[in-house]
Formats: sequence, C-alpha cells, structure tokens
Amino acid sequence: MSLSQDEIFEKVQAALVDALGVDEDEATRDATLVGDLGAESIDFLDIVFKLEKSFDIQIPREELSPEDILTNSQYVQDGVVTADGMTELKTRMPWADLSKFEENPRVQDFGNLLTVGDLCSYVGSKVNA
Amino acid sequence: MRWFWVDRFTEFVSGSHASGIKNVALDEEVLDGYSLGFPVLPPTLIIEGLAQVGGILVHEHFQFTKRVVLAKVGTVKYHAPAKPGDTLNYHVRLGRTQGLGAIVSGTSHCNGELQAEVDLMFAFLEEGHLVDGPLFNPGDLRAMLRLMNFFHVAVTAEGKPIPYYKNL
Repeated sequence: MSLSQDEIFEKVQAALVDALGVDEDEATRDATLVGDLGAESIDFLDIVFKLEKSFDIQIPREELSPEDILTNSQYVQDGVVTADGMTELKTRMPWADLSKFEENPRVQDFGNLLTVGDLCSYVGSKVNA
Repeated sequence: MRWFWVDRFTEFVSGSHASGIKNVALDEEVLDGYSLGFPVLPPTLIIEGLAQVGGILVHEHFQFTKRVVLAKVGTVKYHAPAKPGDTLNYHVRLGRTQGLGAIVSGTSHCNGELQAEVDLMFAFLEEGHLVDGPLFNPGDLRAMLRLMNFFHVAVTAEGKPIPYYKNL
C-alpha cells in the first residue's frame, strides 16, 4: 500500500481528532502532540491503536517511545542526552525532526517533542517502506 | 455497595467476544440519582457494566497475568433509557491488542433494540505504577467470576472449557 503525504496526513489527523477530541484545524503538521494538542500518556496508546487500525500496521512500543534510551545512563548524563545518545535516538527515530531538541537535549523536554508532522513521517516510513 | 455492574455471563469465547446480562431493579438506589422522578440506570454504569465484561475478556486473553484497567472511554452512544424491569443484554468484542493494552467494542440491547454502544480502551498498569501488587486480593476475582456464572460458559476459541488459572 502506497499513500501520498496528504492521504497520510488526513488519516493521522482523523485519528488525532478522534483520540484527543481536538478540532481538525488544531491538528496541523507543526502542532506538538503534548504541548499543543494536550495528549497525555494514555492518549498515546489510543493513538497507536487508531493508527494501527487505520493504516493496517503494527507499531512496536519502542519505535515511538524510546524510553530505554532516555533512561540509559550510557546515553544520558545529568538529565541531558549525550552525543552517543543523540546518535542512538536518530537511528531509532529517523523520521523525527530532532534538530531543535539537539540544541538543548534535556530529557525532560523530550516528551513534548513529537509533532503531527513527525507522526505522519513515522507512518509514511511504515506504509511506504 | 457492590461494584458488580453485570449480573451474569451468558457467553464467553476466549480472545473473541463475551455476553452478559444486567437486570435493572427498582431497589437499586443508583436509579434515583440520575434523573429526578424518572428512575433509570445511569448511562455511566452501563458503560461500567460493559467495561466489566470487556475487562474480563481482555484479562483472560492475557491469562489473567496483566493488571487491566479501563483507561479510556471512546465513542459512546446512548439510545434509550434503561428502566426498572429491563434486562440489558451486553455484548463485547475484543479488538486490537498489544503489550500495553487492548481495545474493546460493546453494545447493550434491551428487548432486541440497541440501547447503548461504546468503544473502550484498556491499559495494563506497569509494576509500580499507581499501586503495587495485584489489583485483587487472592481468590476475590475467582469468587466474583464464579458468582457471575463465568466458568459455566467460558470456552476457548476451539470451544473447550477454559483452562484452570492458578493465578486467579
């Protein structure tokens, strides 16, 4: 199954509208899931279920939520992701735009990193692989 | 108050679907609080009843090893009031499952008419999250399921009686 960027965005947007109760015009590509759309941790599971159903894909937990990296002392020092950690994150999440995060990679800020656009890129990497 | 919002399981097929009944009775005080002078079973308790049947469907699917909690109520449609004397026929179907949770869709019918429909999401509490240890005291869940005729009707996907779960 190959989908265009717009088709992916529309389906991701529909999943977010359904899961988070936001309006379509709020779920723009630049909107962050946590900060702008108010997603809480439990909502991510709901979003995962909706995306899996909508796109007929499997979403392993570690792909969207690299907690194992962010809690690994090899990759985090004093609450900041090390250079090795950044490399690991980029390998794990090639679809995410980590450039802003990289400027000041505090673990506490990671939760508010993902945007709707990132989610579209992730889904695109799965369906158009 | 007993927090049992389904009276009896009537069907249970592991990993697939389950049914149960809820009889609405005028002696239940909860009927008084929702709409003054018009006793009805509050819709939230219909959701709870469907969640109890659905929660057991999810719980059994994972061999009663997870700490299953109702995490999110998605779409709910409430078509008609559930009045004293009504028997609600609950039916739930297991949707997608994964290591962190599961989704279930459910309906309530009364006299053959669709009375309510819900989409529910269950999550599995990780160890140390909110509370430690099991969510039920030893034997309590088994006793509850026995009261609800669960073991009379529960079968595997192949139609055989479900296994004996020591951890219940």
